[in-house]
Amino acid sequence: MLGFEPSPDQRTLVDSVRRFAARELRSGAREADETSTLPAEITGKGWELALLPASLPEAYGGFGERSAVTGALFAEELGWGDVAAAVALMAPALVALPVLICGSEAQKAELLPAFCGDAFTPGAAAVAEPHFDWDARALRTRAVRGGDGYLLDGVKCNVPWAAESEWTLVYAELEGRTQGFLVRRGSPGLTVKEREPNLGLRACPLYGLELQACAVPAARRLGGEQGADLGPLLDASRVAMASLAVGVARGAYEYALQYAKGRKAFGEAIAQRQAIAFMLAEMATDIEAARLLAWEAAWTLDQGQPALKEAALAKAFADDMVLQVTDRALQVLGGHGYIRDYPVEMWLRNGRGFAVMEGLAIV
Amino acid sequence: MISFAVPEEIQQRLRFVRETAERFMRPQAREFDEREHTVPWEFINHMWDEALRTGRSFRSGAARDGDGLASQTIVHVIETLSWGDAGIYLCGPGAGLGGAAIEATGTPEQKQRFLSRYREGKPKWASMAMTEPHCGSDTAAIRTTAVRDNGSWVLNGEKIFVTSGHKSMLDSDGLMVVWATIDPQAGRAGMKPFVVEAGTPGLRVSKLEHKLGIRASDTASVVLEDCRIPLTNLLGSEQVTEPGKGFKGAMATFDATRPSVAASALGIARATVELVKELLALHGVEVRYDRARNRMGAVERDLLDMETQLRAAWLLTVKASWMMDHGLPNTVESSMCKVKAGDVVTRITQKGVELMGPDGYSRRLLLEKWMRDAKINDLFEGTGQINRLVIARRILGYSSRELK
Repeated sequence: MLGFEPSPDQRTLVDSVRRFAARELRSGAREADETSTLPAEITGKGWELALLPASLPEAYGGFGERSAVTGALFAEELGWGDVAAAVALMAPALVALPVLICGSEAQKAELLPAFCGDAFTPGAAAVAEPHFDWDARALRTRAVRGGDGYLLDGVKCNVPWAAESEWTLVYAELEGRTQGFLVRRGSPGLTVKEREPNLGLRACPLYGLELQACAVPAARRLGGEQGADLGPLLDASRVAMASLAVGVARGAYEYALQYAKGRKAFGEAIAQRQAIAFMLAEMATDIEAARLLAWEAAWTLDQGQPALKEAALAKAFADDMVLQVTDRALQVLGGHGYIRDYPVEMWLRNGRGFAVMEGLAIV
Repeated sequence: MISFAVPEEIQQRLRFVRETAERFMRPQAREFDEREHTVPWEFINHMWDEALRTGRSFRSGAARDGDGLASQTIVHVIETLSWGDAGIYLCGPGAGLGGAAIEATGTPEQKQRFLSRYREGKPKWASMAMTEPHCGSDTAAIRTTAVRDNGSWVLNGEKIFVTSGHKSMLDSDGLMVVWATIDPQAGRAGMKPFVVEAGTPGLRVSKLEHKLGIRASDTASVVLEDCRIPLTNLLGSEQVTEPGKGFKGAMATFDATRPSVAASALGIARATVELVKELLALHGVEVRYDRARNRMGAVERDLLDMETQLRAAWLLTVKASWMMDHGLPNTVESSMCKVKAGDVVTRITQKGVELMGPDGYSRRLLLEKWMRDAKINDLFEGTGQINRLVIARRILGYSSRELK
């Protein structure tokens, strides 16, 4: 059967995330952006939603089951609230979900309970690399066998919570494949660099990372000795990012729509002019299309089927859509859209990040 | 529940439809394009026989009454038929657009009287005449009049762009639903649908249009000169103030049919994407979905974009039809899928011609034909602009006076 309505359980969850997004994320977003600081209060309250434990099985301290569709639903709401905070809040999943999906039994038992506690537990994944043609499936960061495990060398960028996380999942090329390595804070050869001075996502604590002959024990390779197939993880990541983008775009669209109804020009609301009204109609259409593409990819993942193509389509559409929609929203506001008293320029800056982020920036 | 599983009933239905498209449509597509207005009887008879055998027209959707799948089935069926050939698909026999108007505005007695013929005998069509030479999107401005006279309605006026007008009135014992005003002062409220049956004196098919594409489909002009029909051929009632009927009935028809138009557009788009991918694969160009877009080649990126746009529009279409089947108001969603499908099929087919260069431009392949066929979907049953207007009014909560 085809279906386009979240289940009652999903709806309850979405409602609580939406309330949190409206009360906490929206109200704090501008200051967090200006000061490049995410208040601990936000991460604390976000953690109370228990989105991550709800995706982890009881055996590891959680109380639920991972669903990519449910993940897509709450990612949209968090993205709507403030995507910079959303990326930071969802970062613990960057360690927990790869371990859940690809990890060895020992890795699950050791790491997952830490993400089911009462306090926010930062997690980090080091995927992106600071060059224009970096590719999650052809990384320059290298892992070679050495000692009783592996030695990692390379440079990473945009690593959330790198300075604060007990565990960072570092992705590196090993014998022609991208593989994950769980690196503990303070490991010799691991250096956390400065905060990334990005165009957007400023509130999100993103850092550079350098690895110099960083030794990782054999048991810390994601999936254990035989490693892991990261394909499904990469697909899941694309879906999550697409859903965040839908949230950002929806926020900008809603704001522009209200503005256009209130702003008068030539004796009537600017929304009463087709030039504005048609932009809004196209924005609404593309947001809905992006949402459906993300849902389809998520649903395919939940069926346990390969979702490479679905996820690629969802990500490609969402990347373009969020740029177009946030740009059009700014245009609707005219000069005011360019002023930092209004949130739209921030959403445009944040939205610009999606096409730049590929692979495992978020799960 | 959120699910993208296509129901087994629909998949079963699609087996016959796919076979039809592969046998009676795609191989003949070029021929019926070149020989404009030639009626594709082989296809028509095949579809009609199947409709009689199963008791259901290909447009009637659900396999069983009340299975809640009618609209979803229709969009899947039409997408597949249009993948075969959009022009030939439009020749498909059955109650069609005229039937949709009767379903939306007729009384139970009228539905029985006018629609039972589509379940027996020889192939028949039901067309709908709305557009006039001086007005298209502005449907409320129609001038065709219906005057009550001596126990009849008498229709006078001129209609154009009547899809399958010739087939409904001259090639079969079908009918045409003609929109006319019974009170020119009343605007939209005075607009009413009338059924004119084949063979009625006073209705003359005056012209068949020569078109850019969908050339297999007849697009007729009709002149009504003192065309006299029974009083009972006014669909619904003649109450000018009756809510939910009349013009609103026409709009309800569009809520139901716009996803079908979108589906037809997307069948053409899928045919294009498939062929272009197949041809380019011969030259080693394939989409590497695992790559970041900035590491793809230009043509590869174009292909990914075509596939993405196609899927986006298709999901909007499926959702609009699903809402219809669940009795949810879907005016916005119907217009959204129509807008998106009209845009993407135009873009995709033009891109297809561009990517294949001289081969794309040549009539030896179907790419140039699909580009010509595609454009109609951005025009009929509400232009892209009218559908944007429909969406905009709804999302803004504006009346047609507030947002013109």
